[in-house]
This record gives sequence, C-alpha cells and structure tokens, in this order.
Amino acid sequence: MGNHSDGSPNHSGTVATAGQNEVEKFQDPGIPPHRLRLADTDPKAAKRAERQVALLFGASVVGTLIFLVAYFAIDLGDDSSIATIRLQNALLGVGTAFAMLGIGTGIVHWAKALMPDHEVSEERHAVRIEEDRVAAVRIVDDIVEETGIKRRPLIRNTLLGAVALAPLPALAVFGDLGPRPDNTLSHTMWAPQEGKLKRLTRDPDGTPIKASDVTLGSAFHVIPEGLNELHEGKLNEKAKAVVLLMRLDPSSLNPSKGREDWSYNGIVAYSKICTHVGCPVALYEQQTHHLLCPCHQSTFDLTNECKVIFGPASRPLPQLPIAVDDEGYLVATSDFKEPVGPSYWERDEHERSINS
Amino acid sequence: MKALSQKRRHPLAAIALLLLGLLVTGGLYAVATTVNQAKASTTSFSSSDVEEGGKLFAANCATCHGMGASGSKDAPSLVGVGAAAVDFQVGTGRMPMQMNGPQAYQKPAQFNDEQTHQLAAYVASLGAGPAIPEESLLDEKGDAAAGGELFRTNCAMCHNAAAAGGALTRGKFAPALAGVSGKHIYEAMVSGPQNMPVFSDANVSPEGKRDIITFLKQIETNGSPGGADLGALGPVSEGLFVWIAGLGVIIAFTIWLTSRTS
Repeated sequence: MGNHSDGSPNHSGTVATAGQNEVEKFQDPGIPPHRLRLADTDPKAAKRAERQVALLFGASVVGTLIFLVAYFAIDLGDDSSIATIRLQNALLGVGTAFAMLGIGTGIVHWAKALMPDHEVSEERHAVRIEEDRVAAVRIVDDIVEETGIKRRPLIRNTLLGAVALAPLPALAVFGDLGPRPDNTLSHTMWAPQEGKLKRLTRDPDGTPIKASDVTLGSAFHVIPEGLNELHEGKLNEKAKAVVLLMRLDPSSLNPSKGREDWSYNGIVAYSKICTHVGCPVALYEQQTHHLLCPCHQSTFDLTNECKVIFGPASRPLPQLPIAVDDEGYLVATSDFKEPVGPSYWERDEHERSINS
Repeated sequence: MKALSQKRRHPLAAIALLLLGLLVTGGLYAVATTVNQAKASTTSFSSSDVEEGGKLFAANCATCHGMGASGSKDAPSLVGVGAAAVDFQVGTGRMPMQMNGPQAYQKPAQFNDEQTHQLAAYVASLGAGPAIPEESLLDEKGDAAAGGELFRTNCAMCHNAAAAGGALTRGKFAPALAGVSGKHIYEAMVSGPQNMPVFSDANVSPEGKRDIITFLKQIETNGSPGGADLGALGPVSEGLFVWIAGLGVIIAFTIWLTSRTS
C-alpha cells in the first residue's frame, strides 16, 4: 500500500510507489472495446428490429389517417354538441401525436438498432499556429497601410462624423411610436357631461340603479351610463370606469374629512381596478367588508376607505363620489379624484392637476 | 353450514365480510334518504309547520341564535333572513355549524326535508325575507348564453369562470358549484350566505337567476370541450401537470435517445 502520511497528492494508493517520488502520468485508456449489438450478430434480431421500425412508421400512417378521418368525417354543424367537439379534438390530437411520434421514434430506433454504430474519434486541431497569427496581423497592417487612413485625416474624420450621425433618423422614427397617453389615463367616463351627472348602471345591460335597489349586503357591478352606446374604444373606457357598488351599515363606514358626502346611506362605490397592476378587484366579502384582488391577494378594507390591509398594492382603491338624483337613481357627482389603476410615470402630476 | 365454517378462515373472508357490511349500510342509507325525499312538500307553510319548526329551532339552533332567533354574540339574528336562507343553510348541511371557523362547510344535511321545511316556516314567520324560489325558476330552461354573461360579470371573480370555486382571504373560500342544486344556487343568490354578497331581484332579476342556473347546469353536463380540465383551476394544476408529466416524458425520451441498444 502507498504511504499517505506525507499528504502528497502525487502518490497513488493502489500502486506500490512507497519510497519513490516519481510523478505518475495519467495514461490515455483509449476507446473501450467495441461491443456488438444483438442485431449485428443475430440476423433474426436484425429482422425483428426492422419489423419494429416498420411498425412505428406504420403507426405514423395510421395517426395521419385518424387525423384526416376526424377532420372530414366528423361534421361540426351549428347543432353539434360539445361532446362531438370534444371527440373531434381528442382524435385530432391523438392522430397528430401518432403521426409525429411514429416517424420520430421510428428513425431513432432504426439508427440505434440497425445503422452502423462504430465509434469514431476525431482529433482536436492544434489550438494556435504561430504562422497563421502572423499572417492575420500582416493582413490588418496591409489594410491600414493601403487605405492610408493615418495619412489622410480628412477622410477619417468625415467617415467618423457620418457614422455618428447615421442613427439619428431611427430616433425620429422611434418618436412616432407614441403619442404619449397624456391625460387619458387620469380621467374616466364618470366626469359629468354638460352639467349632467352620469348615472350608475348595471354591467352588462346598462340599466340605471335606484338607491332603493341596493339592499344591505348587496354588491353591484357598475358601468357608467352611455358606455354601451359607445362605438369606438368601448373596452378601453370600460377598463378605466368599472366600479363596484356595495351597501354597508352606514355606522361601519369611517369617512375621512371632505369625503363624508361621497356615499349615500351606506352605499359606496369604488374603482374595480387594482392599484397594484390593474386586475379587477371584485371579490367582496360582505361580512368582513374585505375586497380581495385575485391576482396577488391585495386586500382592501371597505370600512376604512379601501385602505390596503394586505398584499402588494400601495394605494387604496379610488372612491367614486355618489349621490341620488330627483328620480331616485344613483349618480356620480364627479369623476374619480385621482387616476384609477396602477402607477404610471406621470401619475403624481395628474393627481395634482385633478385636485388643483 | 359445514362448508361455511370451513371457509371462514379463507384469506378473502374478511374482505368479503367488509364488502357485505358496506353494501348493507349504504343500501339502508339510500333507502332512508329516499324516504325523506318522498316527504318533501311545496313551499307553502301551514301553522303546524311553524309550530313544529319553533320546537326544532329551540332544540337545535337557539343555543347560538338565541330564543326567538334574536341573535347572540356568537351568531346573527335570523329575523328577516327569510325561508330561502334557512333552506340553503340547513339544506346544504352548513347549519347547524360543526365548529366555529372562518366559514361553515357543506356537509351531509342534519335534518330531513320535512324538518328543514318546518324550520324555514318558523324563521319566515319571524319577519319578511326572501322566499324559497318557485319551481318555474328552477327548470333550467332559461337562456344559457345570457346566464353565462351574468355569471362572468357577477359571480366568476370568486367562483371561477368555470364555477370551480376559489380562495378568499383568511381561510374563507367560494365553493365549486358543480353538483349544487338549482334551488340552493338560487337561494344563495337572494340570501347572500356568509361572506357572499346579496344579489337581490333588483340586481339580478329572477329571470336572470334562472338563466345563470341554466348556464351552470349546462357547463356541468357538457363538460370541458378541450378534454381533461384538470379541475379548471388554471395555472396551478396545469403547471403542475406540465412540470411532472411533460418534463417526465421529455426526460424519458432523452434517456432512451442516449442509451445503448442491447
């Protein structure tokens, strides 16, 4: 056994080299002996592998046929049931899977079992040949010399200037990617039009809501009056203006100064767009008065003006000031007093301009 | 008899006995529940119903809800909640509550249909509230497309777009709606059980509720058009499936590709 007591890494424990200090070099073991496969020696096995490969290719043909039959033979008319659609979907999927996997696995099996499998080793090239390096340097030197760039500074400087200026048109083009949203993000359809206050209407049918309809514990999904009549940009407007209307016991609300008249008999309206990244916050728990955002679990406390009590949102949900008109319908007395939804670059500026 | 006594030590005897016992118990239970169903009657309440319901209430519910259902610090007053709320809470087994917690769970009903009916009669007699819906609203023959739109607007945020249910805050959850009877769905909408908001007739009309029930029953019977829906829970179950099954298949193929043929 080798002597390990000197801690030298050059001693092998398996070779009796105790007492000697020769460095043992690692011997290249070479390629292991070639092992023949069953199909190389046994013609029967080769025949069997051949049949297996053919079978896999055959499975691919069957898969393609299944696809074609499912596509053309199953009729998806207007009165076809979900079960028919499901059957066709399943057959199309199974057919495609067999068609592709049959070819793929067949080729792999063919290559592995029948094609020659002798090992080939390829020697690595020498990493760097000094002559090549010298030749390359000479080429670069020749280029510098023949262009005369060192002797003709006028040409060099004008070229540098041209290259520096060339990207400028791209900047102009990128500018056209705008326009910037400006203040479209900071106001919604709730702003009164020509002195007429917007009514709160039901989503999706757009019928106005009477204050007496909103019973204790109710939650209404609300869109502004006139949204359904929009022909252009309806979804964009809806995405900003959707509101959740709820009625609580008035004594459980704690309005801050200046917001006492934003609710009506315990009926409050809050923007449904989360201030975190804009998911619709509509999971209302009528006993705990929590509003939960389903995306990242931001939780808002309705009794404290939708203060954030859990989750990543950083601002309360904006409240829509509401009142009741002569006919008993709920109306918004103004637009939101801050931009709804998540933060954006100009938000603070917009909030200041709304409240000034 | 001799043959029986010889075979009683057979290794399969215990399993056979267990199966027999389970079958007998299950059969008796099924018979008992159908007997209860046969006694179900219409939504009209007689004075004897109210009287019997009062007795049941005093014996089973008054501990928490107080005598006369006036409420206590443990449970709310039931004056004015209506017959619909009682039929839902007792009919789905949520009440009597098993234990205090974030939410009452659905469990096998503790009262049969007649007793539930009597309890509902008693609570309805205490103050006006939402009634048990008429059969015509539960026939599942409304407009499923309109119901789907109403469902996606009013219900899907908690109950999931495929009605598979979802989590709420602090241990509460919105249950899955498959397998819930149309009557209980309707009653839940009008009464707002636990943390569910109330969807009064002024918010979603009775026809709208009929449409919603039609829609729910339709998606329940039709199933998922895309094949296995993996619980319709979205990225969690789908992601888990892809990570385990999808990656598993890819790893299996890689092993096969690099292995030597014998």
